[in-house]
Amino acid sequence: MLADKDRIFTNIYGFQPWNLKSAQMRGDWDNTKDLMKRGQDAIIEEIKASGLRGRGGAGFPTGLKWSFMPKEPRADRPSFLVINADESEPGSCKDREIIRHDPHKLIEGALIAGFAMRARAAYIYIRGEFIREAETLFAAVQEAYDAGLLGKNAAKSGYDFDVFVHRGAGAYICGEETAMIESLEGKKGQPRLKPPFPAGAGLYGCPTTVNNVESIAVVPTILRRGAPWFSSFGRENNKGTKLFQISGHVNTPCVVEEEMSIPFRELIDKHCGGIRGGWDNLLAVIPGGSSVPLVPAAEIMDCPMDFDGLKAVGSGLGTAAAIVMDKSTDVVQAISRISYFYKHESCGQCTPCREGTGWMWRVMERLRTGDADISEIDTLYDVTKQVEGHTICALGDAAAWPIQGLIKHFRPEIERRIRENGGALEAAE
Amino acid sequence: MADAPQIPDEAETRARWGAFAWTAENAEKAKAVIARYPAGRQRSAVMPLLDLAQRQVGAETQTQGWLPVPVIEYVAAQLDMPFIRAYEVATFYTMYNLVPVGRYHVQVCGTTPCLLRGSDDVMAACKNRGMVKGKTTPDGLFTLTEVECMGTCTNAPMVQINDDNYEDLDYDSTVRILDALAAGEQPKTGPQNPKRHTSEPEGGPTTLKDMVKANHDYRKEW
Repeated sequence: MLADKDRIFTNIYGFQPWNLKSAQMRGDWDNTKDLMKRGQDAIIEEIKASGLRGRGGAGFPTGLKWSFMPKEPRADRPSFLVINADESEPGSCKDREIIRHDPHKLIEGALIAGFAMRARAAYIYIRGEFIREAETLFAAVQEAYDAGLLGKNAAKSGYDFDVFVHRGAGAYICGEETAMIESLEGKKGQPRLKPPFPAGAGLYGCPTTVNNVESIAVVPTILRRGAPWFSSFGRENNKGTKLFQISGHVNTPCVVEEEMSIPFRELIDKHCGGIRGGWDNLLAVIPGGSSVPLVPAAEIMDCPMDFDGLKAVGSGLGTAAAIVMDKSTDVVQAISRISYFYKHESCGQCTPCREGTGWMWRVMERLRTGDADISEIDTLYDVTKQVEGHTICALGDAAAWPIQGLIKHFRPEIERRIRENGGALEAAE
Repeated sequence: MADAPQIPDEAETRARWGAFAWTAENAEKAKAVIARYPAGRQRSAVMPLLDLAQRQVGAETQTQGWLPVPVIEYVAAQLDMPFIRAYEVATFYTMYNLVPVGRYHVQVCGTTPCLLRGSDDVMAACKNRGMVKGKTTPDGLFTLTEVECMGTCTNAPMVQINDDNYEDLDYDSTVRILDALAAGEQPKTGPQNPKRHTSEPEGGPTTLKDMVKANHDYRKEW
């Protein structure tokens, strides 16, 4: 198990105040100037060497992403850092804990990351429903300004940098980076076609990098402790520590920071008091937030919780939000509810997604009650394949994968319902 | 589109809200919001200003607030953008109420992580108090909405009522919260499970125990 001294988010549970003074006593904003003195390229190299991969779900190497930004931004086209705090993926609730309990890690990270990519300012896009959390974040940013840590000559580094907070208003799709940029510009959050990628033309047409809250908030600690420290955790290609969020049918759901690649069983036994009703009662797990396919009990139990480990069982790490389902779960209903979520959150821009998510949900609801024909399972699978990959953003894929996972692993259960329902109908006749 | 909101009669709304203007305090706030964005990019402020306007309407009507068409026009005019651009923002994002809501907007999360932990019981507690999904109670006190994931999944099930979250709910604690609000009291916000502080495992954290009592500095152990 990860030692407490190696945890980055020491105040994740909010037992201590979030304010600047308390954060400084925990080690935040400690000589930030010296970290920045290493120079932009050295910081990016260090982050590359640490093996940090984006914590928002896609897992793109963070340092590499930063290196796509222009080395000499033009005065009329400043670069921007946008921090994605639009945490809306069902199962995910880590960024909220960072923002309300350790906001200065994020703000210090914003300054360092912004400096490294030569950005002029950072916008933190926080989801609208995080109302109290946004209040904390606004106050924390103000504290940083008042202490001279942001603004002109931020933290006495000689670098001018601003951090602004922007609240969303309840649209899951704004977690997609180009939709977030649209939303920041005061428009509907509908994703843009890529290319151009944000690093070329993003916010206000200027070079922009969008990073997840956790990716940014770990940066100061990585620089202080060095890339070798961070990369000493986890397997090759899956380095570092990670906030895991375990919800559903475990005895004690929680958010906890652990080493990457920790086996699922160890994670649950150490922090979540085991599966409700014991390990034999485990049915399936959605290991990375609602967008990834579910994994049946037998395959997940000893699976390492990291990008490659979960990919090997046909799923993904996503945001490391494990939704655990025991044998009392109506698994078809659980997935159908996710289908409803995507139907609700589709932005309506691309036809396969706008029409497909509603269609898939309606068929899922019929499969739930068994009011369907066996052949419709294949039809549904076909439709998910037609939605997947045919939309501007990944929401179409995210709506398709959970259903594909269900059909792959629980087809007999769906067929049983249809047969029983059909049997009941015949008997009634 | 059957569940799309029925925009209230415009003539009536115009008579009531046609003269909407910021209060002195909100006018200052609006100025500060616009200043967050680069010059010429004031349109970026449309979301925060719509939120501010909704809150002002809420304060005037003793509810969570909503966005009558003349109010959206007012915001659009201030930002020098066409009304339709502001209106499409107001209709795209779910947190803008396009119809009046009650004093308390009860938003029950029903997405899978909450569903697995018993959001049906929370919904039942609301319905047993006479609430109907998508409607306001006749006394104008509660509006019930089922919402999608609110990002507090390890404290499921949960409900957001106006600006506050109530987490780790069951049927009884939901009833207690609704009773308290109806009686004009402010119930305890956050986790309702007495054995939890925030998102740590129930019964006490399995990690970082030194932090519970004191602001421990782990750097000495690096």
